[in-house]
Amino acid sequence: MTSAQTHSGRLPGWLIWTLALAGAVLLPLVLQQFGNAWVRIADMALLYVLLAIGLNIIVGYAGLLDLGYVAFFAVGAYLFAILASPHLTEAFPALAAAFPGGLHLSIWVALPLAAGVAALFGILLGAPTLKLRGDYLAIVTLGFGEIIRVFLNNLDHPINLTNGPRGIGQIDAIQMFGWKLSRRIEIGDFEIASVTLIYWLLLALVVLAIIVSHRLADSRIGRAWMAIREDEIAAKAMGINTRNMKLLAFAAGASFGGVSGVVFAGFQGFISPESFSLMESIMIVAMVVLGGLGHLPGVVLGAVLLAALPEVLRYVAGPLQALTGGRLDAAILRQMLIALAMIIVMLLRPRGLWPTPDRGDKVARG
Amino acid sequence: MADAPILKVEGASKRFGGLQALDSVGLSVARGQIYGLIGPNGAGKTTFFNLITGLYVPDAGRFELQGRPYEPRAVHEVARAGIARTFQNIRLFGDMTALENVMVGRHLRTRAGIFGAVLRLPSCRREEREIAERAHALLDYVGIARLAAWRARTLSYGDQRRLEIARALATDPVLLALDEPAAGMNATEKQQLRGLIEKIRDDGRTLLLIEHDVKLVMRLCDRVTVLDYGRELAAGSPAEVQRDPRVIEAYLGTAGAH
Repeated sequence: MTSAQTHSGRLPGWLIWTLALAGAVLLPLVLQQFGNAWVRIADMALLYVLLAIGLNIIVGYAGLLDLGYVAFFAVGAYLFAILASPHLTEAFPALAAAFPGGLHLSIWVALPLAAGVAALFGILLGAPTLKLRGDYLAIVTLGFGEIIRVFLNNLDHPINLTNGPRGIGQIDAIQMFGWKLSRRIEIGDFEIASVTLIYWLLLALVVLAIIVSHRLADSRIGRAWMAIREDEIAAKAMGINTRNMKLLAFAAGASFGGVSGVVFAGFQGFISPESFSLMESIMIVAMVVLGGLGHLPGVVLGAVLLAALPEVLRYVAGPLQALTGGRLDAAILRQMLIALAMIIVMLLRPRGLWPTPDRGDKVARG
Repeated sequence: MADAPILKVEGASKRFGGLQALDSVGLSVARGQIYGLIGPNGAGKTTFFNLITGLYVPDAGRFELQGRPYEPRAVHEVARAGIARTFQNIRLFGDMTALENVMVGRHLRTRAGIFGAVLRLPSCRREEREIAERAHALLDYVGIARLAAWRARTLSYGDQRRLEIARALATDPVLLALDEPAAGMNATEKQQLRGLIEKIRDDGRTLLLIEHDVKLVMRLCDRVTVLDYGRELAAGSPAEVQRDPRVIEAYLGTAGAH
């Protein structure tokens, strides 16, 4: 009855979703008229949305503050980079003999494999932190994120697995249904840019991630996660095996990160440990918190805003810089403006821009 | 043939450093009883409660649940074994709705895994429907069905207590253990609580009540154990216990001391 009340006088939910989806599908076709740089910004925004949705499972649902989430992103990216580039065959001649055509892992294998391997890392990194909460957990996960990055940086000897700080290049472009997503498609006069194809792939993954995440939240597993977030002792008293449920949250969240990593590597064609710094982890946490912890639409909004804001501010920062006679550096100014925007948002909307609707806060009884 | 007692404890002891918090305490709760455990502050009530709910490991003692040995090694196994509890200082899942709180209580009696949930398999949908129906029924049972969609933290104190009981009942317990349920309640709320506890007993459930409020315990319980300084002072029906000189002494002091 309550749901009928909230929806009365508004468009039905499915129509809103269909329109939103149609808009999202058509967006890059509009954006590419203004230049592919804009579509690329949209691509990055979607990538961050995917990461934020994944992190939201760990931080938003299960309440486990993870400051090392980028590690799972790195695991996915390196998995694809190593298994779909000439790096490994160049480093190990024996392997080159076994694979004369080079290593070219199919994206259809890479995506589930990355999800699985990242989930495994999620469990590995989650297991030692099970008794920790809040800030202590944050510090340990932060350390884990850094450990992964340091490993990637140094695993070029004794055996050259990651090529160290030089990174791995010439990564295969993503190929699906016989199409290389790195090549534009021309239909008569109209051409669809490569970045647009990547955009659609990312959009499909985001939609899938939203469905999976929503279904999880609205299930026995999701309720157990939220119970742990709200009160771990009471959750245990209800017979919830908090250890297993926490590990499951780490694994599920990490698998999203792994999938994002594969697309990132295939899209960029080159990755190096620099892309997986602590700053990235903090950005993803900021997206989840800014949008609305645990609320999917908010998380998506937060990720889109924080990913796109720096690019938009590029245009604001330019004139400001000119105004001060070039004394203010554009990059610094941009970071300052982002920080300022976040402080203002957190002051005005401490629960995020779009938190879970608060039915039941206007205490009324009877 | 007599029914095995729901909970049987013999010689339960627990020592914290130099303090013998519990010294060889035993009790036997029969099916359908409301069993009261009372005593002055520091008598060992909470220690006893924590022993049977797996929070502490006993130094000695034999525990049986429905005639079977009972040794919980982890807190979450207690509910699985069949003991559900409420907390003295209410511990609800504050940001979840009243209905969701009770649905969490069904967790250990249901199966759906991560893949079932993601794929929405027919078996999982059926189970999910049953969980919701059961939770609604339980909210109705404790009299707060109208608050199903409200967040737990927005409920009044008395309603939160009811919600906690509904959540505990959702685990299908053989023994419902209430830790000072009347703490902080006014007279009206206490009376309503008494009605609810009696209703639960009359529906064939067994309850263990740890309570400070002697009057409430005496009115409500079928059998009572009185603890003092970690020892069992007296046990019996409320009327017997009330007449026991040792109990009077523990609560009111000796006549000679005045």
